[in-house]
Amino acid sequence: MHIPDGYLSPSTCAVMYGGALPFWTFAARRLRQSVGSRLVPLLSVFAAFSFVVMMFNLPLPGGTTGHAVGMGIGAIVLGPWAAMLAISIALLIQALFFGDGGITAYGANCFNMAIVGSLVSYGIYRAFAGHSPLTAPRRVFAAGCAGYVAINVSALLAAIEFGIQPLLFHDAAGAPLYAPYPLRIAIPAMLVGHLTFAGIAELIISAGVVAWLQRAEPALLARSAPNAVVTLGKATASGRESLRRLWVALAALMILTPLGLLAAGTAWGEWSAKQFQDPANRRAIAAASFQTEVPSRAPAGLEKLSTLWTAPFPAYAPPFLKSASLGYILSAVLGTGLIIAACLGFGWGARLLAARF
Amino acid sequence: MSSRSFLERSLASFVAIIEQAIVAEEFARRDGFLQKLDPRVKLGGFLALIFVSVATHNLAIVAATFFLATALAFFSEISLSALALRAWLPVALFTGVIAMPALFLTPGPALIRAPMITANGLRAATFLIGRAETAATCALILVLSTKWPHLLHALRALRLPRAVIVVLGMTQRYIFFLLRAAQDLFAARRSRIIAPLDGRTRRHLAAANAGVLISRSLDLSGEVYAAMQARGFRGEIHTLEALRMRPNDWLALTLFLAVAVTLFWVGGH
Repeated sequence: MHIPDGYLSPSTCAVMYGGALPFWTFAARRLRQSVGSRLVPLLSVFAAFSFVVMMFNLPLPGGTTGHAVGMGIGAIVLGPWAAMLAISIALLIQALFFGDGGITAYGANCFNMAIVGSLVSYGIYRAFAGHSPLTAPRRVFAAGCAGYVAINVSALLAAIEFGIQPLLFHDAAGAPLYAPYPLRIAIPAMLVGHLTFAGIAELIISAGVVAWLQRAEPALLARSAPNAVVTLGKATASGRESLRRLWVALAALMILTPLGLLAAGTAWGEWSAKQFQDPANRRAIAAASFQTEVPSRAPAGLEKLSTLWTAPFPAYAPPFLKSASLGYILSAVLGTGLIIAACLGFGWGARLLAARF
Repeated sequence: MSSRSFLERSLASFVAIIEQAIVAEEFARRDGFLQKLDPRVKLGGFLALIFVSVATHNLAIVAATFFLATALAFFSEISLSALALRAWLPVALFTGVIAMPALFLTPGPALIRAPMITANGLRAATFLIGRAETAATCALILVLSTKWPHLLHALRALRLPRAVIVVLGMTQRYIFFLLRAAQDLFAARRSRIIAPLDGRTRRHLAAANAGVLISRSLDLSGEVYAAMQARGFRGEIHTLEALRMRPNDWLALTLFLAVAVTLFWVGGH
């Protein structure tokens, strides 16, 4: 992931420095406003942490090990702006003193990992975690997803930067002057390693650290969860109240489902193959389609695919029920039940994942 | 993989970093040609050489830059074995693996028929390895010939904001503090393991260690801030500007830049 010198042309490097600069400036300005003079020690220590965590050998499923960048953790604990500066500082120390990542490619490395990585992981974490309490297993799941997706987005960016090199920079005979592989090779080559090993390493460290912090120091997760309910007791009480209202609303909607029978005709575009043959239906289709001429028979693809799957309750009317209204209500109950079961299954999977890490 | 080897690999990574820093410090103390120069001259000079090696479209210029850097290391009592171990070999292995398929995949006139190696492929692979080796060699010689605090100080010459220099300096110190803390955590755990751990426990252990470290880091940042405030820090950054350019430094800087410009010009770009 750390791009060395010589892989990107100087102009690409300059563009990447140019792309990173506004983010660094904005992040520094924003942090100065929020943390003031604490900025210097906070960034220093967290950059040191980012550096050290990159040295961790993480045990991966299958018996191998891998290194993580820690972009997910940084964004979750400190927020994206502090994380992008701290990781940029860690990358500079790595490039300058340890030869890990190039000096000319430093802007690209920062853009891919520190800037985009932090923003993507923060966005995904916030979106997936929602307003759940700080100690909810959902946050562990969200952190894992954030780390996994962020490192893959970073890898994709690096692959694109590699992949455009042979298109833009080659000598008169066509020999590539920098990274030699085009996009069709660079993207899969980069993503294979990151979708598997590096992505899993990032997932493990992000989800694992959030799970640990939930048990040991949940307050450290508060910065990236401004709307989360901090007190577990309150969360449970307000959660129960919200849940009760939800059940009532759901029951009311189920009872009201036969209202759908009041609507005349078929929903536009949801015609069956048979309806194309019936003259009354054809007139209705034409009327609903600005009098556009309706084909004499159903499109071949519709005819072919419509026989592939027959729904157990066609048109929300189970064949064994005579009453259409009852059929509608029964379909609503069954459909809602299936969705709730799927959500419970999803939650159980998330808890299982959280417990494993 | 046993749980011990996972812990030991992490410990080995921490030790390698500390070892690298100690070795660099030892080379930087020697009485060689580069060690006597102002760190700003070395920073400017080696950055110029790195730029030349990356920007040129001429393989001979890449090779010339590489040999020039190696010669500078030789006259600065930086052993070639140190360069080989820390730059040449790792870069050859890493970039070599990446560059190898280019020999066969790059379209162009065939150089060898079976297996099919193209002239363009060979040129592309040589460029990639040559540039990466040269730039890594220059960066390593710069670090091995300059004490870390001096190098950080020299970064001021690049017009980096003072706050960045201070953060870099503090980060460098806390890296070693946290490395030691991580080393203690891993070593303490390793000493208590009497049976192999399953994969889940190993992952749990690694995440817990990272969690402990993050918690300590944030506590430490609070303590450091309190200590800074107690010493009068109110947000203004001041650094000691102790570096002074001598005639020899100016001469060396002129030479460095002249060589870099010449190489750049001769290379055709």
